[in-house]
Amino acid sequence: MIALAGVQVTAYSPDAAGGADRIVRLLGPVSLALGEHRIAIVGANGSGKSTLARLLNGLVLPSSGTVQVDGLDTARDGAAVRRRVGFMFTDPDAQLVMPTPVEDVALSLRRLPLDAAARDAAARAALARFGLADRAEVPVHSLSGGQRQLLALASVLATEPQILVCDEPTTLLDLRWRRIVDELLAGLDQQVVVVTHDLDAALQADRVLVVDDGAVAFDGDPVPAVQFYRDLMTAAHP
Amino acid sequence: MSTGPLRAPWTGPLGLYHPGTSPLHRARAGLKLAILALFTLAVALAHGPRSALVALGIALLLQLVSRVPWHRTTRGLLPTLVVAAMIGAYQWWARGWATAVEVSVNLVALVLISTLLTATTRADALLDVLARIARPLRHVGLSPEVFGLTVGLFLRTIPVLVRTTSETRDAARARGLERHPRAVLVPAAVRMVAHARATGDALAARGLGED
Repeated sequence: MIALAGVQVTAYSPDAAGGADRIVRLLGPVSLALGEHRIAIVGANGSGKSTLARLLNGLVLPSSGTVQVDGLDTARDGAAVRRRVGFMFTDPDAQLVMPTPVEDVALSLRRLPLDAAARDAAARAALARFGLADRAEVPVHSLSGGQRQLLALASVLATEPQILVCDEPTTLLDLRWRRIVDELLAGLDQQVVVVTHDLDAALQADRVLVVDDGAVAFDGDPVPAVQFYRDLMTAAHP
Repeated sequence: MSTGPLRAPWTGPLGLYHPGTSPLHRARAGLKLAILALFTLAVALAHGPRSALVALGIALLLQLVSRVPWHRTTRGLLPTLVVAAMIGAYQWWARGWATAVEVSVNLVALVLISTLLTATTRADALLDVLARIARPLRHVGLSPEVFGLTVGLFLRTIPVLVRTTSETRDAARARGLERHPRAVLVPAAVRMVAHARATGDALAARGLGED
């Protein structure tokens, strides 16, 4: 269970007129209890949905309020939270840091008490699970965008986190890969919180949060939530 | 005009691991690192063109033993050869042919043997050795695992730096700014900082370096 209590995220912003930096609110105040198996977060660009996602595994810490995962505070118990909550980025290139797939997955496994042989075997098993067994040794940059996103997913799930947070995991993918990644995410045992612009995917969730201008503007069932978001986007003109 | 198949982008001399079963692949990473250190020390201490040629001969022999394809090694080595030729030409002019051969051949031999280390050793095994070497750092409050990770990521960053610069150069060329060094250097530096931040986020998200 993820619990946000009175969470606000603020940041310094340069003053356009050259004066002192201003403090701007990026998100909040937000109070939520997230326990559903599949949760989707939708919202316009810059609305604060990625900030909300990053709060959930402590990549962003609240300026005020608390975020707790199974009772662990992201600010105080960050390492323990990140062992429970995996995070998948929009751009797999931001996430993949090793030259070959098997080495990248093995890197994730380094925080588990495994020797090198066990780590290698576990990494290959994780790659096989996502259909990348025959790509284990090739350069990461030679993989297609979809394969890289699958690899990013394999790297995160290799350590078997209890919760997976995905920040727009299909935004950079074509329709075919989008479907493949969506199906994989749908089939996971873990609780999945996914930030998405894909309203079809959002409709498959158990609960949808609509984030607008740094606040949760709607929180509820997928059909009314998506309709609310459509109306919001139709009414809003930048 | 046909130019043949496209090549993969150059990723620097310290290239990718190349899977294999050669004796070099089977050797322990720690042993290979120790041999590299001893080889480097010997190259630094020995003087004269003959010792440099012997060093290059050893490196070439190891290349044969490793069975890493030549095209992989030579492609990574090309820029090093250019630099070695330039340094050699200067040394010939300044200090004579013997020094020129010694310096330039030593450089090629060292880069070649370092390339063989990364081509025959998995990053994971290298990280294990580096973390083991850094164990004494625990006594001064530093994590050996973080040290190993830092060095490993540093090696990984070299090809990323090369690729980023190449992409930025392409972007400058697309805008007709290929003759403006600032149009390459500034965006490349900004992108590398962004890459460093993204890597930090990625490591944090995986909970690495926190224990």
